[in-house]
Amino acid sequence: MNKPSLSTRQKLARLAIVAVIPLLLIGLFLWAGGWLAPKRLTSDKLVAALEKSGGNHPGYRRNHAKGVCILGDFFASGNASTLSRAALFAPGVTPVVGRFAIAGGNPNAPDYTVPVRSMALAFYQKNGEQWRTGMNAMPFFPVQSVQSFYDLQSATLPDAKTGKPDPAKIQAFVQQHPEIKPFFAWAKQYVPSSSWASDRFNSLNAFNFIDAEGNSHLVRWSMVPHADYQPIEAKEKGDTNFLQSDLQQRLAQGPQKWDLIITVAGPHDRGNDATVVWPADRQMINAGTLIINKTTPQQHGACNDINYDPLILPNGITASDDPLLNARSSAYAKSYNARTYEQAGAH
Amino acid sequence: MKQNNTFHPALRVIHWLMAAAIMAMLFIGVAMVATVSSSHSLLVAIHKPLGLMILLLVAVRLWLRFTTAKPALPATLPGWQKLLAHLSHWALYAMMLAQPLIGWGMLSAAGYPVTLGSMVLPPVVPVSNAAYAFLRPLHSWVALALFMTVMLHLAAALFHALILRDGVFSSMAGSCKGKRSTPRALDNPADGQ
Repeated sequence: MNKPSLSTRQKLARLAIVAVIPLLLIGLFLWAGGWLAPKRLTSDKLVAALEKSGGNHPGYRRNHAKGVCILGDFFASGNASTLSRAALFAPGVTPVVGRFAIAGGNPNAPDYTVPVRSMALAFYQKNGEQWRTGMNAMPFFPVQSVQSFYDLQSATLPDAKTGKPDPAKIQAFVQQHPEIKPFFAWAKQYVPSSSWASDRFNSLNAFNFIDAEGNSHLVRWSMVPHADYQPIEAKEKGDTNFLQSDLQQRLAQGPQKWDLIITVAGPHDRGNDATVVWPADRQMINAGTLIINKTTPQQHGACNDINYDPLILPNGITASDDPLLNARSSAYAKSYNARTYEQAGAH
Repeated sequence: MKQNNTFHPALRVIHWLMAAAIMAMLFIGVAMVATVSSSHSLLVAIHKPLGLMILLLVAVRLWLRFTTAKPALPATLPGWQKLLAHLSHWALYAMMLAQPLIGWGMLSAAGYPVTLGSMVLPPVVPVSNAAYAFLRPLHSWVALALFMTVMLHLAAALFHALILRDGVFSSMAGSCKGKRSTPRALDNPADGQ
């Protein structure tokens, strides 16, 4: 059977189809990757905004760049295993590789200039699963959405002339985002402690604990220090690395401890708004004690090549509907890819 | 000896299954690394097991490819086009096989647990910053190369289907019903010109 030959017009029409289908797919591919949607907020833009405010420091994290590694174990009480079936909550010991840091992208910032500090932990379960969490020493997050976080970063960028954030821009941001007022009010009266060891670190974002029956419980958690709070003093304001020296001194005398306190949401508490603290009467469960024995510099330290992505979760913990979690995961990966690449090229 | 006009039915099924899976993977991959929306974790959760499924499918596919008869390209096709066809197919096979392994390798190098449901898969590369710094960009480059090769493959397939009409497209798409007995283009090189 001979197929009728095509007229020139038919050939051209068919040739157009041959070209248009792959080109449409290429266009769709570029759109999916964000290249054809310049207005869309992407992980690249978030990381670029952080780089702008923190400066260019190849090989370092794009945020919370200055820090130290910590090593220790988590001793579970078993109390939280009614809420989560994750193996690390059953009575027993789980090794932990963690990191203390101060906020911001500058790895050389003097410790006393940065009020917000963080604790990141990776728990290594025997079955190979991990729980990674990044917590901050503040009671709640400044903004609810990813776009607001990006806008906040942009509004607080240092001005090219003065080297300081432009008050007019911040004013405009506050008008558009009144939800940030409680955070600014907190920051104004907050006196940082004299030690990482006496800071209380909060998950800020909510997560779901999944119990053995498969029921989901909305929770937040905190690492509550055993050490007493001491306000930052004048002598510490003369030492750019007082947090590291303090931690070394304390660990030379003995291990440092925190209790992992799980807060269970009430029926009307929301998981998708990290700007709101849940009421103080919520059920709290002491899941166990984190004991830190050792600290090392982050350079070549065990924590340096760990991406403390808050969505690396063991069976028994899942993400809540908090929009910040996905953005953190995506942006942390970008920062991780960039700094590991820079490190590999550096030697 | 009977010359097959079409690929083995199992190979055809696996081809179209993988075509859908690989296109989905490429779009999911490029979207998930860019997005900061709540679809990020959903896309990541699809990307990993789907990549593993592709790795299993490509193993079965290569085995079928070597053990079943394959239709010859039409004699009318110029030599350079045949060469290009062969090269692009081997490039596709190589990338389909390498890409899931690179993905698994880079996760291992970064020290991430590679899980499938509640099962933890063994790492295929030791934890190493240098290995991650090499494998992670490689995963992106191979993805782009694979996407462009698939687009060329698609354009060539459409060209054979709509313009040359020489039976190359139907050797993978399958023959039209009721035309089994009709001599086809592959047997009659002059057809379709």
